[in-house]
Amino acid sequence: MDSFSLFPPRASTTAPQVDALYGYLVVISVAMTVLIFIFIGVFAFKYRRRSADEPPPRPIHGSIPLEITWSVIPFMFMLVMFAWGTKLYFENYTPPRDTLDIYVVGKQWMWKVQYPDGQREINELHVPTGRPVKLTLASEDVIHSFYLPAFRLKHDVVPGSYQTYWFEATEPGRYHIFCAEYCGTNHSRMIGWVTVMEPAEYQNWLAASASGSSMAEMGEKLFEQYGCITCHVTEQQSRAPSLRNVYGHPVQLADGRTVLADEAFIRESILNPNAKVVKGYKPNVMPVFQGQIGEEGLLQLMVYIKSLSQPDTPRNTAAGVAPTRAAETAKQAQKQ
Amino acid sequence: MSTTLPPPRTAERTNYLNADYSWQSWLFTTDHKRIALLYLFSITAFFFVGGAFAVGMRLNLLRPEGLFQHDTYNKLFTMHGIIMVFFFLVPSIPATLGNFLIPPMIGARDLAFPRINLLSWYIYIFGGIFAISAIVRGGVDTGWTFYAPFSSTYSNTHVILAAIGVFISGFSSILTGLNFIVTIHKMRAPGMTWSRLPLFVWAHYATSLIQVLGTPVIAITLVLLGLERILHAGIFDPNLGGDPVLFQHLFWFYSHPAVYIMILPGMGVISEIIACFSRKSIFGYGFVAFSSVAIAVLGFLVWGHHLFVAGQSIYASMVFSFISFLVAVPSAIKVFNWTATMYRGSISFETPMLYAIGFIGLFTIGGLTGLFLATMAVDVHLTDTYFVIAHFHYVMVGGMVLAYMGGIHFWFPKITGRLYPENWARLAAAIIFVGFNLTFFPQFILGYLGMPRRYATYAEEFQVLNVFSTAGASILGIGYIMPLIYLTWAWRKGPKSPQNPWHAKGLEWEQSPTPPPTFNFDVPPVVTEPPYNYAEEVESGGH
Amino acid sequence: MADIDATLPAHEEAGLKHHFDDSAQQLESSTLGMWVFLLTEIMFFGGMFGAYTVYRNLYPDAFASTSHFMNLTIGAINTGVLICSSFTMVLAVRSAQLGQKKALITFLILTLVLGCIFLGLKYVEYHEKWVDHHIPGPGFRYEESQYFHQAQILFFLYFAMTGMHAIHMIVGAGLLTTLIVMASRDRFSAAWYTPVEMIGLYWHFVDIVWIFLFPLLYLIGHTS
Repeated sequence: MDSFSLFPPRASTTAPQVDALYGYLVVISVAMTVLIFIFIGVFAFKYRRRSADEPPPRPIHGSIPLEITWSVIPFMFMLVMFAWGTKLYFENYTPPRDTLDIYVVGKQWMWKVQYPDGQREINELHVPTGRPVKLTLASEDVIHSFYLPAFRLKHDVVPGSYQTYWFEATEPGRYHIFCAEYCGTNHSRMIGWVTVMEPAEYQNWLAASASGSSMAEMGEKLFEQYGCITCHVTEQQSRAPSLRNVYGHPVQLADGRTVLADEAFIRESILNPNAKVVKGYKPNVMPVFQGQIGEEGLLQLMVYIKSLSQPDTPRNTAAGVAPTRAAETAKQAQKQ
Repeated sequence: MSTTLPPPRTAERTNYLNADYSWQSWLFTTDHKRIALLYLFSITAFFFVGGAFAVGMRLNLLRPEGLFQHDTYNKLFTMHGIIMVFFFLVPSIPATLGNFLIPPMIGARDLAFPRINLLSWYIYIFGGIFAISAIVRGGVDTGWTFYAPFSSTYSNTHVILAAIGVFISGFSSILTGLNFIVTIHKMRAPGMTWSRLPLFVWAHYATSLIQVLGTPVIAITLVLLGLERILHAGIFDPNLGGDPVLFQHLFWFYSHPAVYIMILPGMGVISEIIACFSRKSIFGYGFVAFSSVAIAVLGFLVWGHHLFVAGQSIYASMVFSFISFLVAVPSAIKVFNWTATMYRGSISFETPMLYAIGFIGLFTIGGLTGLFLATMAVDVHLTDTYFVIAHFHYVMVGGMVLAYMGGIHFWFPKITGRLYPENWARLAAAIIFVGFNLTFFPQFILGYLGMPRRYATYAEEFQVLNVFSTAGASILGIGYIMPLIYLTWAWRKGPKSPQNPWHAKGLEWEQSPTPPPTFNFDVPPVVTEPPYNYAEEVESGGH
Repeated sequence: MADIDATLPAHEEAGLKHHFDDSAQQLESSTLGMWVFLLTEIMFFGGMFGAYTVYRNLYPDAFASTSHFMNLTIGAINTGVLICSSFTMVLAVRSAQLGQKKALITFLILTLVLGCIFLGLKYVEYHEKWVDHHIPGPGFRYEESQYFHQAQILFFLYFAMTGMHAIHMIVGAGLLTTLIVMASRDRFSAAWYTPVEMIGLYWHFVDIVWIFLFPLLYLIGHTS
């Protein structure tokens, strides 16, 4: 057995940051606990009753300065915890612009991972070091949670929505994937491994596991298979809006609202098109695809539609892009 | 204080226990003291049922590959949570000690609504019957948190039966809280001003506010869940346009304040014990009283800290995190004030005081580890792991249960008219303290290492700590069984107690025989002195 | 019980329970108790109002669509009926205060009748929804198919809220019946009529819940 440790392995840029904040919390907590124990111990000993007919002690009713002191000083320490924790949380949930996007679908009781270039895995995730990776999480049934202890990160996987988080792995190795939201019988078997590799090794792995079509290509196939292409034709826009350059831009709706065409909007527009009808178009024209396309297919369509908004050189895939240096500070990173 | 010879068999004074032995006089009683005992027996029974489930869990966790089928384990932790939260912890101190002591402490003859008090016990039992039938018919496997859509759409266990049980028992809690609020407002004896109330009463007043305002929300949440399970209209089902996270908001809106229902009464007990066994007035009485109410109010504003990784807006999470830190401050104030009470006190270490000191230590650890979970970035790593389990067991078991045990021992002479065996009790307290820490401290480490909660099987590297934890649990179990035995023995065969064996201040000790008569006060007492007036006491030696 | 009662000091005032010092304390306690209970009811309904607010904001168009299927006529009549019943309840309390037994019974019966009219009209309304297949569950159908799911959720909340309200009305009807029986057996007098007052408070509360439900469910969005 490995030597015993109080910490899981540190495999991402966030891990030592969270550990440092945890260390601060431990130090404060131990100090406070020891202080209380010492005071109680000393008082218990020093003021123990020595004889049964000892006179009762003089009452001390209180001291407002003391109350204020021991309220304000701990609260100051807590403010540091709050500020530090909030800042770190914000950074950990604000992905930088240029991420390698990987898509994870959770279902009772397995994780299905898809890569933009088409590789697929079950209960395994492969990521390179030195490159920000963004996970998009979807659920086919109940709420799960994708937990990577070595990265100190998790997020619930909520059916009906996409949740994301990002990380930059630093240390090659194999680390746990745990489902961390109770999801039924085999919740404790919904586990796997995340393998971190050096960039060169990662490229080799990607090439070796390539299955042929990329996610965008598979999405395009679905786009034809489900008949989307019959209305969402680029040039004609009579029945349905063109999808070129839609993702990532604002969209005007028929009811006057303007919304951002993000992943959630695309997903909703496929599953429940009448929820947000685009200005200039009618409701009840597009078929409702709720229950007809699985989460994985939706993600493939998503990647395809995203690719319609980007310049021709493939981005956000692992192939052909050199890894960046260690992540920029979150202040410079922008939400995608 | 205790005699070595059995007392002569003189005619026993009539008290609330021996006034009438018929079963009707017990089951149709409106005497708050008898109702307290009815609760005491039923709550104890539920405690051991919940404990039995814990035994099953810890046995399963001895081996990484587990012991039971996964479904069985999932039902064990669910039923452990439901029974312990709703049928033990929520009613524990209020329904037993609160019911028994609040009227004498404030100089009243009974609670404001004695028949509603009895009704609340029957409601509790009725709810318990549903919970037991859910167990007997095969159990529930949703976790005590009943998260949708698993509970509303996927689980095929007896969710509705269990939900009905919790729903019904909630009304018992509401009625108890209602009764206490009206009693404390309207039935204080002359001279018993708010600033002379024992801190036990203040703590129960704050608890009652939460019971009354919070419990109805979980009641309606369970109704919506049950209806959804039957009708599948979609309120929590994303495939039908619903939002599963809405359930979490509704659930935690009650269940977070509920944890303050499960600690405030314990803090009230600790105040009484520390004052008595230091022979000193509680330092900072006003601050301690105000802190109870502050905890109750702030406790309603923090529920979102259970949703930091659930998809809640980051800005909402920031607000919830901040207020969660705020709510820690009054608890810290109490700990400091209790400690300061011991300064220059005259301290003795009978069992209640051992439990009180243990409470301060363990509650401090439990409360501080709550700060880890309020810190958003750390909560991301720790939520849904064993760290959370360790945290809440430290406050609920290391805190509330220790306070409950301390209170049971402290008022045992008053309730039963007998003395418990002090040395056995101290031994049990020590065993509980050691067993508890051995059970739950390793779980903090397991949590940071990444072991998720609600796992029937786990990664091999977690085994050593789990074995420690199970070993601790077996010691803890022994520690709980001991009082069951010696307190039962002492009730029947223990030496008779003088009126005030602890020479404690307080109307329930000084102005009431031990055990009390059915009718608390022939003439309402008139209060002229502040609480915990130990300095003015004349050694009475007990009547 | 008889043994225990024998040790109680005598209380001359009718209806004074032994644990109270005087009837003023008893009345104040009962009143505070009823107000606290009504507070719990506010929180109980509040959960549903909360869920309703969330979904209404999520699906404004579906909401506008469903609001056309609310029977505004019945809703308005019912509102009037309930307000009148609150008025007769006030008169009942007043009669009790003045020790007027016949007037008390008359007004209690009127309140009960009005409450039953409300429940009867509610039944008609629910039956209408049944015929229209607007009851959530396997038999649910909706005219504007693009809002099927959202409408089902909104109708679910409609039935949950109005149904819970109706259950409280039924309980109230039971309580009124009890009062009528007690009054006819001379249990009340100008010196003691607390149950009438307390149940009056309860009745007014149930009325107020409806005053909130009616605009929220029936009026807003009806003309859009």
